Amino acid sequence: MTATTPTESGTIRTQEICRHYTMGTSVIRAVDGISFSVQAGEFIALLGSSGSGKSSLLNLIAGLDRPTSGDVQVDGRSLAEMSSEELARYRRHSVGIVFQAFNLVPNMTVAENVELPLRLAETDRRERASRVREALGRVGLGQRLGHRPGELSGGEQQRVALARALVNSPRILLADEPTGNLDSHTGMEIMDLIGDCNRRLGMTVLLVTHERALAERHAGRLLFLADGKLEADQPNSPRPGESGVAP
Amino acid sequence: MKTPDLLELAARNLRESVLRNSLTTLGISVGVASLVAMLSLGVGLQQLFTRRLERTGLFDTVMVTRGDSGGFAARPRGAAPADNTRALDENARQEISRLPGVLEAVPDLRMMTQMRFDDKPHRAMVAALPMSARDREAYENIQGSFFSSSNAAEAIVQKRFAEELLGRAPSPDETPNPGEPLPALQPLLGKELVMYYAERVPTASLPNAKPPTPGPSSTPPRPSKATAAPAPANGADAGLDTLLSAFSVVPQTRSLRIVGILAEDPDTMRGMGRARVFIPQDFAQGLQIMMPSDLRDGGALAERSYTAVSVRVRNSRDVPRVEDSVRRMGFNAFSVLDASRTMQRVFAVLDLFLGIFGSLALAVASLGIVNTLVMAILERRREIGILKALGASDLDVKKLFFAEAGAMGIVGGVLGVTLGWMIGKVINAGTNIYMHQQNLPSVTFWSVPWWLVLGALGFSLAVSLVSGLYPAARAAKLDPVKALRYE
Repeated sequence: MTATTPTESGTIRTQEICRHYTMGTSVIRAVDGISFSVQAGEFIALLGSSGSGKSSLLNLIAGLDRPTSGDVQVDGRSLAEMSSEELARYRRHSVGIVFQAFNLVPNMTVAENVELPLRLAETDRRERASRVREALGRVGLGQRLGHRPGELSGGEQQRVALARALVNSPRILLADEPTGNLDSHTGMEIMDLIGDCNRRLGMTVLLVTHERALAERHAGRLLFLADGKLEADQPNSPRPGESGVAP
Repeated sequence: MKTPDLLELAARNLRESVLRNSLTTLGISVGVASLVAMLSLGVGLQQLFTRRLERTGLFDTVMVTRGDSGGFAARPRGAAPADNTRALDENARQEISRLPGVLEAVPDLRMMTQMRFDDKPHRAMVAALPMSARDREAYENIQGSFFSSSNAAEAIVQKRFAEELLGRAPSPDETPNPGEPLPALQPLLGKELVMYYAERVPTASLPNAKPPTPGPSSTPPRPSKATAAPAPANGADAGLDTLLSAFSVVPQTRSLRIVGILAEDPDTMRGMGRARVFIPQDFAQGLQIMMPSDLRDGGALAERSYTAVSVRVRNSRDVPRVEDSVRRMGFNAFSVLDASRTMQRVFAVLDLFLGIFGSLALAVASLGIVNTLVMAILERRREIGILKALGASDLDVKKLFFAEAGAMGIVGGVLGVTLGWMIGKVINAGTNIYMHQQNLPSVTFWSVPWWLVLGALGFSLAVSLVSGLYPAARAAKLDPVKALRYE
């Protein structure tokens, strides 16, 4: 692990980051030399068509994947130089991830799903229950603790996933198409909750989406990706009230 | 992840595929049961044989003879020559009896003599028997009773001799069941047997060369040659002089009441010297019977010495130590413990083979664990991806699969030990029913000692963890990105 210049909590910096896959004889450049910086507390939207490299880039920032070359630095620490144990600790404490497919454990209750990151972080058992209730209360599911994911609607499942991502109070929230499996109204509600985390908790948010309108409503900056490259980096004025859902 | 959380998650995962995991656990339990059953048979047989052998009184006994005697063993290398060999007298016996681990040291008194029963003469080897022999297996199924006391004028006769006394033809083979009564010999019990013997009377106690006064219960001596004190021939050697001046030999008779009949031959190991009539130890010592050692020692010794002393130790483990101590005192020591050691080695090999056969089923069961966990990885691929995305390390995932394998091993082990114990009980009970039908005594040839229970549980856990090695490593290496994409 390399310590560089200390920065604020939740800053992200990518330097010529590449992620190439080899498929037979051909090389697929999923991420191809992308460099950008994210300040702590920023809301960034990564936009692009399918296959543009958005999710691959997000996986690299989440520490789920390692770059072929280049580097990702989070709060001045290089992810590329971290051991797998250090990367696990980074995922446990520094980032929260929300997926398009919710990725809840089906045989666990809502409360148990949200408790999972606390178990991994070895949080005291007595503290866990209150933090789970608090996280679920924040997403409006305080009464569904004992339900299984299969008993919830898509929107509710994504709320649970969001509560799970927030329960360890991470500095960075990574959302990979969080509304992709939801209807527009529910999607709007989820986005408002994510925006709320950004505004109220000062959390850095990286949102991967192909819906430009959604990104423009919430993100402060729009990064456009195509063929693994960063095509444009535009500032944006978020308009969270437009959705009609209370922020 | 903390261990309680790890175990909780493992238990939850096992409950999710309850049928498959139960079958795998059952496979382990059958394997462990097989192992336990095999080894408990080996251990039980070993304990049965050891118990039997120990109760013969041979394995906790050291026979002590003079350093120069060839009675039971050759003189040890470096032992003192005959002329200055220490006498095996009463002082030596008492010294031996005080050695650590020694329960008792009794003189080995035995003689060939004539017995009269119904006015018919019979020759028999008579041996003295301490009261402690009552606990030996050979005397367990005695018909009648053991001696009432160590001073009683009583006799226990061996079955063959009893048949001879009654003029019956010896039975063609040994009685199949030692506990079975010998009704035909029953009339002998309580009958009188007259023993003829030579009493050794120190010359000093014969002031007028009168025959010695018999004990209160003894029959009057026959009016035969009163002493063995013929005049020494001219030029006779000084040893004979000494012998003749030391004691006289007085023929004596003694009535003995037959109190017991032995179906077994407790003196088998004695070969030619095995006794057919047994009398109480203190009673025999009180008779001052003339022994071969008296002729050997002559009057050279202040006290009479013994041909051999039988030393009983507290535990067969004490035998080598006692043997060493006795040898250091200048005597020969002999025990049959070496035979016991050989038997232990044989049983160790038997246990090894039984253990290997028993482990085969567990080895097959371990493949079941591998299969179950590999299937679990395929089914829970996405879940593993989620865990990793939430911050589980490779080690966490590995430990989770280890915990699942270990849980199956422990549960399977507990079930297996119980099953193995039950199998043993059932087979033992079934065998004893058969033995009972055949008029044979009940035996316990099945033993599940604590070390076997703990060992089987430990082995089951170890086999399960080894079986979990590959699946756990495979789960830990899963790429979280690919795992999360898995449908």
